[in-house]
Amino acid sequence: MENSNDKNPSRRDFLKTSAVAIGATVATNLINNAAYAAGSDEIRIGLIGCGGRGTGAVDNAFNAAQGVKLVAMGDAFKDRIESCKAELGKKNADKINVPNDRMFVGFDAYEKVINTKEVNYIILATPPGFRPTHLKAAVAAGKNIFTEKPVAVDGPGIRSVLETYEQAKAKGLAIAAGTQRRHQTGYLETMKLIHDGAIGEIVAARCYWNQGGLWKKDRQPGWSDMEWQLRNWLYFTWLSGDHIVEQHVHNIDVVNWAMQAHPVSATGMGGRQSRTSPDYGHIFDHFAIDYEYENGMHLMSMCRQVVGADGNVSEALVGTKGKCQVNRYQITGANPWRMERKQGDDPDPYVKEHTDLIASIRTAKPINELKNVAESTLSAIMGRMSAYTGKVVTWEKALNSQESLVPAKLDWGPIAVPAIAIPGQTVLS
Amino acid sequence: MKQIRLVLIISLFFALVSGLNAGNFRQSFAAVEAQVSTKPSDMKPYTETVPGNRVKFDMVAIPGGTFQLGSPASETGRGADEGQQVEVKIQPFWMGAMEVTWDEYDVFAFSQDIPKKPTPEPQPTASDAVTRPTPPYADESFGYGKGRQPAISITHHAAMEYCRWLTEKTGKLYRLPTEAEWEYACRAGSKTAYAFGDDAKKLAEYGWFADNSEGAPHPVGKKKANPWGLYDMHGNVAEWCLDAYAKDFYSTLKAGVVEPVLVPTERRYPNVVRGGSWDDDADKLRSAARQYSKKEWSKRDPQRPQSIWWHTDALTIGFRIVHPLDEQEILKGLKSKVTRQSPD
Repeated sequence: MENSNDKNPSRRDFLKTSAVAIGATVATNLINNAAYAAGSDEIRIGLIGCGGRGTGAVDNAFNAAQGVKLVAMGDAFKDRIESCKAELGKKNADKINVPNDRMFVGFDAYEKVINTKEVNYIILATPPGFRPTHLKAAVAAGKNIFTEKPVAVDGPGIRSVLETYEQAKAKGLAIAAGTQRRHQTGYLETMKLIHDGAIGEIVAARCYWNQGGLWKKDRQPGWSDMEWQLRNWLYFTWLSGDHIVEQHVHNIDVVNWAMQAHPVSATGMGGRQSRTSPDYGHIFDHFAIDYEYENGMHLMSMCRQVVGADGNVSEALVGTKGKCQVNRYQITGANPWRMERKQGDDPDPYVKEHTDLIASIRTAKPINELKNVAESTLSAIMGRMSAYTGKVVTWEKALNSQESLVPAKLDWGPIAVPAIAIPGQTVLS
Repeated sequence: MKQIRLVLIISLFFALVSGLNAGNFRQSFAAVEAQVSTKPSDMKPYTETVPGNRVKFDMVAIPGGTFQLGSPASETGRGADEGQQVEVKIQPFWMGAMEVTWDEYDVFAFSQDIPKKPTPEPQPTASDAVTRPTPPYADESFGYGKGRQPAISITHHAAMEYCRWLTEKTGKLYRLPTEAEWEYACRAGSKTAYAFGDDAKKLAEYGWFADNSEGAPHPVGKKKANPWGLYDMHGNVAEWCLDAYAKDFYSTLKAGVVEPVLVPTERRYPNVVRGGSWDDDADKLRSAARQYSKKEWSKRDPQRPQSIWWHTDALTIGFRIVHPLDEQEILKGLKSKVTRQSPD
C-alpha cells in the first residue's frame, strides 16, 4: 500500500509557510517567485457553489491574506449567487469585483467560472457529486484550487480525482482540501507527537460523528425533481455520498493521517430508522464500520444523524505506549501530554487552510492535498458500500467499482429517487 | 385575572391536545392557579412544567431589595468594568434554581412539543410565532452529554427565543435575568467576593471551575446552593444575562436606580455572561465578575451567514431564566432583534 502522506508537507513546513504568509501579506518581493499569476501576486477567486459554505470559504480567503479578490461566481441557482454576493458585500465590498457578465447560472456555470481569464484561484463548494468534473476542468485550465471535502461520491469519481491529482502535481498547481483539522493548531501539535512515537505503534482507533438531524427544505410548487434534490442535496447519494461520506470523512481522515495510510477493507452496517420520510431522500441515518488497515490495525467508526440520540464527534487512538484523544489534544500513558490551550487563541482553521494555500502559491512551493482527501473520501465510500450491501468491501473493489451514481446528463427534468439500500440484497456493481 | 384566564385557556388547550384525562387536567389547573401571585408576600417557589412534555424545573422566589452592584476596589481579582459600585433597587422575581438543562432546551430546539402526526385540532398559533433553531452541523453537546447537563454553546438570541417560547407555552413571562438581577441573586445578601465569603479555598464546595471540573461541565445541582437556594451560580457554565455589555455601564447609573438594564440591540455581540465556568479560574467566578460574548465564539462555524442559534466555541456558556413578578416597562414585549442579517 503506497503511503499517502509522506509527500505531504510536514508540520514544520506548515509553520514555515504560515510564517511566510504573515510576511507575504506585505512582501511584494515574493512576487517574482510566484509562478502562477502572470506577473501579479493577486489572488483572484472564482467561486463555484455559492451556498453557505461557498460564501464562508470566500470570507475565509479574504481573512487569510492581503491581495485577495472575488472576481467570478457560478451556481445552479441565481438566488444563491445573489445572496452570496450580498452577504460577502456586507463587510468586504471592496474585495468583490464581479460584474454581471462574470456571474454564471446553471449546470455549466463551473466551466465559465474556470475559463474566466482573470481567475487564478478556484473555490469548489458545490455538492460533492460534481467535484470530480470540476476538479478536472480547473486543473486542465491550470488554476490553483481550494476544494471542499469530500471530493467524490463513487469509485469512478475517485479514479478521476486521482488522475487529476497527478496532473496538478505535474503542472505545479496548488490544491488544498476542506479537511481543516489538518490546519488546526491542536491537531497539528498532537499529530506531530503521534508520528514521533508518543503512544508507540497504533494498535486500535475509534472515530465518531454522531449528532442530531440536519436541515431540509420543503418542496415548493414549481420545483422540478432536480431542483428539489439539489436544494436538499444532503439526502441523495449521487450528490452527497450519504452522511458517512459528506460529514464523517473528517474523522476518518484524522485516523488515516495518524496511520499515514488508508484502510484496506471495510465491514459495515447501517440503516434508516428515524428519518423514514421521503423528504429525506434515500440515505441512511446511521452507520457503524469496522475498518482494517494493512498492518492489521482496526478502526471502529460510527456516524449517526438521529435527533435525540447522544452526540459525539471525536477521534481516539490506542497505542502500545499510551492513548490519544486527538480532538482534545491529549495523550495519556508513557508520555502524558495536553496542549496548553487558552480559549480563543487557536487560529481559525478554516482561515488557516487558505493562509497555507495562498502562502504556498506565493512562495512557489505548492501544497497538494488532493490525494489525501481522495483517499479519505474513498475510505468513507468503502464504508458506505459495505453497509449498503452487507458485504466486506476491499479498497480495490471500492476503487475499481463501476457504480457511477451521478446522472450522465444533468438537466432540470424529472429524476427518480433510487431505492433505499437493503443489506444482503443491494449489490455493488 | 387576565393572566389566569390566559393560563386556563392554554392549559385547556394542551390538556386536549395531549389527551390528558379529566382528573389529570383538574390537577394541572390547580397547580397553575396556585402559582399566580400578585403580591411579593405571596411569592412561593414553584415547579414549572412544560405543557405537552414531561420536563419540569424549579423556580425560586427572590424577594425585592437593594444592593451594591459591582465590587469594591479592594477586591482581589477585580476587573476594571466592575466599578464603581452603585446602589441598585431590584423588584421581586423568581429565578431558575438551576441552569437550563438539555432536557429542557431540547423540547424547544427540536420541537419535541409538536406532535409528530397531525392532530384533528388546529396547532396553537402562538407557539408557531416563535422561531426555532435550525439544527446544528455538529454535535451541539460537544461530547459532554445531555440530559441534566447544562445546555451549552447556544447563542444569546437562542436563549432569548427559548424564553419567549416558554412564555407562550406556560402563559407566564420568562426571560433572561438582567445583569443586576443576576448579581443580586448570586450575592443573596452577601457583600463578599463569593456568596459564601471571600475565601476561594471553599469554592470547590459550591462550584465547578478549572481546579475541580476535570475539563468538563457537570450535571446541574451537584454542589451546595447559595443562601437563596440557587445552584451553580458560581461556575459550571457562565450564564447569559439579558444585557448588552458595556465596560463603563455602571458609571452611567445613579445611586438608587431601579432595575437597571442595558437593552440588547440587533448586534450579535457583545452581551453579558456572568458567574464563570468550568474552564475558568476562581477570580472569574466572583459574584461581581463580568464577561461578555465575542465573535470568536462562532469561529468554527464555516457557513455564512453564521448560525444565529449555535456557537461553535462557547463550550463554557449556558443560561438560567427568571419570571418577574411585575415586568418593568422598558422590557415589556421585548424580543431578540437579532436576525441572519444582523451585524457582528
